[in-house]
Amino acid sequence: MNIHEYQAKEVLRKFGVATLKGQVAHSPEEAVTAAKNIGGSLWVVKAQIHAGGRGKGGGVKIAKSLDEVRDLTAKMLGMTLVTHQTGPEGKVVQKVFIEQGCNIAKEYYVACLIDRATSHVTMMASSEGGMDIEEVAEHNPNAIKKVDIDPVTGLGAWQARELAFAIGMAPDQINKAVKFMMGLYEAFVKCDCSIAEINPLVVTKEGDVLCLDAKMNFDSNALYRQPQIVELRDLNEEEPTEIEASKFDLAFIKLDGNIGCLVNGAGLAMATLDIIKLHGASPANFLDVGGGANKEKVTNAFKIILKDPNVKGILVNIFGGIMKCDVIAEGVIAASKEVGLKVPLVCRLEGTNVELGKKMLAESGLNIIPANDLTDAAKKITAAIKK
Amino acid sequence: MAILINKDTKVICQGLTGSQGSFHSEQCKAYGTKMVGGVTPGKGGTTHLGIPVFNTVKEAKAKTGCNVSMIFVPPPFAADSIMEAVDADLDLVICITEGIPVLDMVKVKKYMQGKRTRLIGPNCPGVITPGECKIGIMPGHIHKKGNIGVLSRSGTLTYEAVGQLSALGLGQSTCVGIGGDPVNGTNFIDMLKLYNADPETHAVIMIGEIGGSAEEEAAEYIKKEFKKPVAVFIAGASAPPGKRMGHAGAIISGGKGTAEAKFAALEAAGCKIARSPADMGTTLKSMLK
Repeated sequence: MNIHEYQAKEVLRKFGVATLKGQVAHSPEEAVTAAKNIGGSLWVVKAQIHAGGRGKGGGVKIAKSLDEVRDLTAKMLGMTLVTHQTGPEGKVVQKVFIEQGCNIAKEYYVACLIDRATSHVTMMASSEGGMDIEEVAEHNPNAIKKVDIDPVTGLGAWQARELAFAIGMAPDQINKAVKFMMGLYEAFVKCDCSIAEINPLVVTKEGDVLCLDAKMNFDSNALYRQPQIVELRDLNEEEPTEIEASKFDLAFIKLDGNIGCLVNGAGLAMATLDIIKLHGASPANFLDVGGGANKEKVTNAFKIILKDPNVKGILVNIFGGIMKCDVIAEGVIAASKEVGLKVPLVCRLEGTNVELGKKMLAESGLNIIPANDLTDAAKKITAAIKK
Repeated sequence: MAILINKDTKVICQGLTGSQGSFHSEQCKAYGTKMVGGVTPGKGGTTHLGIPVFNTVKEAKAKTGCNVSMIFVPPPFAADSIMEAVDADLDLVICITEGIPVLDMVKVKKYMQGKRTRLIGPNCPGVITPGECKIGIMPGHIHKKGNIGVLSRSGTLTYEAVGQLSALGLGQSTCVGIGGDPVNGTNFIDMLKLYNADPETHAVIMIGEIGGSAEEEAAEYIKKEFKKPVAVFIAGASAPPGKRMGHAGAIISGGKGTAEAKFAALEAAGCKIARSPADMGTTLKSMLK
């Protein structure tokens, strides 16, 4: 789960991570009030969407007067912001963050994440702040410094010092940087983050160490014990069909092709998309129905798939295993009838009673084409959508 | 021989009396697995599915002599159950549970350091040595005893590979699902080492997926030390970056963890690549002499 920059800063502040004064606004008037509350004579108006690269896309502007705050906010709200992370369709800006300006002396990067190779939390930092870390990894990997964190002791102050010195911070900034990094680590583990990234972390001309932009992403398996984080979820930022699917416990991801897919198991679901592509067609979605492909689940899955007007056909691929194919076939037939399926449906079943399952599909009187194996299924669905 | 489990393996189920634990323990028992007991705190002293239930793993081990535990405990409590089984000094713990918070697994891995117990999973289908012992949720009847090892991060895709092998007349030595989570108990290399040493395993199908670098690390090991043919499929070649594809660990982030990079590393290590998931069995067969 992702949250907005302004929310991430609220979370981080609770853990002692220093940020600038700021306030979220949903209208130009609110923005002006926010700017007045913050005080000073320079503000930054920042579009709040769940994607990086906002500055380059025109989503971060400096205002030197309250009138400018009002004008910039009015322009930004409702605009579609396209960045390298939003995809070509972009995202509509629904709120802005008004933040106090500051005198940046130097920008850095610092982040916490799970290192799969060590099974530990790692903190990484770089002297090249403000740039995508992937870019830094590409052109100057030596600029990235890492410390491996023991889950028993947590991040040691010595490790934070080591990192701060390694990225070239001045001796009089080290203590502030250590407090900052310790706070970031605490936030990471206490909130069950999967990534917490500060980019840039800035040192101001006045010598303050501050978080200028923050991205936090949370482990969805741990949300049950993070009610305060769940409250920060912004459904406007998520794909509506994906939200709908999550209500029915279906793992669904919208894609841009025209073959709807319904599969059991994440690996097989990915492999099904792959084989469709190999046969020259394009999948409309990833959908894992999980273990029990019963009538109710298949019906809900069909309804979600069919919300996409691009869908020209559906491929069902169920490796039943322990589940009986005749039971699955019954579910598929009932679901097809319930949703009044108009597009061709290719159904590949495998497992116990497979012959009976196929026979039931063929004799259902519906537009259901049984397939024998993966290749057969891919061939039949690509042919069916061309008709 | 085979690896990890065989006809003498004695298994308990943690979470035996729950619906999943009951259903799958019964299936395992029907396959011929020696299910000797279960653990449900508070239900010790009772009998379920004709086997004794204990309050703790230590007690279950003392009374039954079990050496392996299969875990079906719900995600908020599963990490605790894994540590209990490790503390009881079992040989092997197979955790089927999906949805354990990753920071819980970070703690579990730390706790396991210096202990001899091996963990498979979590979020995995389990392990099967066909004809001898099935521990997990895989359909037993699609398997066939033989000499091919199947090693995978995915459940149903493992069944797909097994189905293809059995249809080609190629049986399996032991099939291992290591699970789809970013932090898991056992990686590809740990298992490849066991297959390397197992005379009953003549070749291996390895099934990876996008995310992380476990496949690339396995490729280095295969290049250096693995003596048997390996056929490979990686799921997710068509997955968009930045999206979690069902499994917690299946995500391309920052351009890292793509299927292409994994295919390339494994091909360079001498593995034969199945581009299509329909060709896993035939690709392996083409490598056998």
